[in-house]
Amino acid sequence: MTEPTPIAPPRRAALAPAAPTHLSPDVVSRAQQLIALYPEKRSALIPLCHLAQEQDGWLTPEAMVDIAGLVGVTPGEVLGTASFYDMLHTEPVGKYVVAVCTNIACLLGGAAELLEHAEDSLGIGAGGTTADGTVTLEEAECLADCDRVPCVQVNHRYVGAQTPESFDQLIADLRSGARDGEIPPHGTLIRVRRANGLAVESEAIADERRAEAAARAARDEAAAPTEVKGA
Amino acid sequence: MAITDPPKIVTARMGHDDSHTLERYLATGGYDGLRKALAMTPEAVAAEVDTASLLGRGGAGFPAGRKWSMLRKAPVTYLVVNGDESEPATFKDHLLVERDPHQLIEGVVIAAYALQVTQVFIFIRGEFALGLERVQAALNDAYAHGAVGRDIFGSGFSVDVVVHPGAGAYICGEETALLESLEGKRGWPRIKPPFFPAAIGLYGDPTVVNNVETMSNLPWIMLNGGAAFAALGGGRSTGTRLFALAGHVANPGVYELEMVTTTFNDLINAPVLGGGIPHGRALKAFIPGGVSAPWFGPDQIDLPLGQDEVAEAGSMLGSGSIVVMDDHTCAVRAAWRITKFFSRESCGQCTPCREGSGWLERIMERIERGDGREEDLDLLLDACDNISPGLNWPPQQTTICVLGPSIPSSISSAITMFRDEFLVHIKEGGCPYE
Repeated sequence: MTEPTPIAPPRRAALAPAAPTHLSPDVVSRAQQLIALYPEKRSALIPLCHLAQEQDGWLTPEAMVDIAGLVGVTPGEVLGTASFYDMLHTEPVGKYVVAVCTNIACLLGGAAELLEHAEDSLGIGAGGTTADGTVTLEEAECLADCDRVPCVQVNHRYVGAQTPESFDQLIADLRSGARDGEIPPHGTLIRVRRANGLAVESEAIADERRAEAAARAARDEAAAPTEVKGA
Repeated sequence: MAITDPPKIVTARMGHDDSHTLERYLATGGYDGLRKALAMTPEAVAAEVDTASLLGRGGAGFPAGRKWSMLRKAPVTYLVVNGDESEPATFKDHLLVERDPHQLIEGVVIAAYALQVTQVFIFIRGEFALGLERVQAALNDAYAHGAVGRDIFGSGFSVDVVVHPGAGAYICGEETALLESLEGKRGWPRIKPPFFPAAIGLYGDPTVVNNVETMSNLPWIMLNGGAAFAALGGGRSTGTRLFALAGHVANPGVYELEMVTTTFNDLINAPVLGGGIPHGRALKAFIPGGVSAPWFGPDQIDLPLGQDEVAEAGSMLGSGSIVVMDDHTCAVRAAWRITKFFSRESCGQCTPCREGSGWLERIMERIERGDGREEDLDLLLDACDNISPGLNWPPQQTTICVLGPSIPSSISSAITMFRDEFLVHIKEGGCPYE
């Protein structure tokens, strides 16, 4: 006779925020500082996804579970949100994500030809990653640098207009690490940390403002001429 | 008067390599506008902006002063700055956040004071990594300088400002989608009514959403007065504006020009500005205000750079981006690429936009490839009509937001202006420009 199958715990339990296990203590501490900046935790979801990408280079399922616990949503909600955004990669990407814009201004400046050259020289199609995991090539939408076309970004750093020749040099430099000082690994977005006002004062300020408003209202009421009944 | 004579309002510091630093900002009158504002009542500051008649610089061109006056009175209100610049070929806010972040922050605090909000979020598109770093660094310095935070310059006014990075989605430039994104969700626009941000915005509280360039004008307006700003330009289009010039011109770039008194011809052809079309080619068409705008031809080049003037001519000044196409440009290919952009960026909520953009893109692609059919032109216009009935300007819409009705602009412009070119693609089975 087999043991009776234990009754599954209520689904809620699976949703209870667990302590982060994947994100490093430093990332978790930065995440908590970010969360404190917003009136509602969930607002930090996307900034936290960027932080997770800074740690791992892409948004891993384990990181999404941690983020879900930190901001109080389900891992599915993190995935469902992250998958909406081009910059959040739920699949591994190369150390360098090379984005070639082919939108209108760049198209008029030869971007389609540049992308074709990039695909040929890297041996991958747009969206693909080189076998050595160095470069992911992306066909990007407008990156707002339209006076230097065709516009190319590496890990969201502008590298200026590129010709097929300069593009090959760029890739060679990336492979040799020659531009690592200027271009951080993929995922690192904002290297400047918030230095002030970290303990969010907005709630305290809002409370003061509420008290002021109440006081003002009371004052106005006291100063208002008494309504004359039947006038 | 020369085109370059009017004052530089938002690009005054751009000649300096260190224009993004607090030192340079303070050495060039930085935060004086804020000090002046803090000595006035919030109502007086708002009145000054009203006098300036500053039209929003994001794309819709709604007067900033009126937007502020519509903010519902509530204990908690927010100011959100829209720096999600992603309308193709628009790159003016890119310049402002990277090169003059303090000017933006000063404008933001002035607006916060006028609106009496306690919390500001500056939403900057994620692809502006340097811009995000520059604004965060400037914000750190501004807090230390006493220009942001508690009891600003001893005035008793306090406000917290947070820089929020986007994650790559064109739709987040739409203000209600931006608010959703700021709440940690997909950038899905909210339906208006009832979700006008001034009534029900961030976390359901009243919220003003203003563009980066709009904010960046405020320090100058405070220092020089709304009347001085309103004296520039003409009609409703007051002041100067940043025009991002791209495409087939000798000198693409961002130019700050007085509105209305300057024309598209000046911008495109003046030697000190666009410098004309290179390689001895001629103008074929230009897009006057971002790819959501209907195109203009050479006969409309003398139109003034004014919001109402461009609207009356059947298009829009929109985001202030002008794309120039020379006579070697394939109109089909240009319109196809713009359609592909909308197809990729449709948020997926509304059927006409989600499905329509995909079908339009595939039909445009097959015409460009040489597999088009003659009935495709009617099919394209029919599909466009389903998204924006009547294909009029300003457009009707069947969708929650204006991304949908922006899709037909390039297609119907290209078909109207260059029908023969479509027919050549179809009859000869390929692109004649290749």
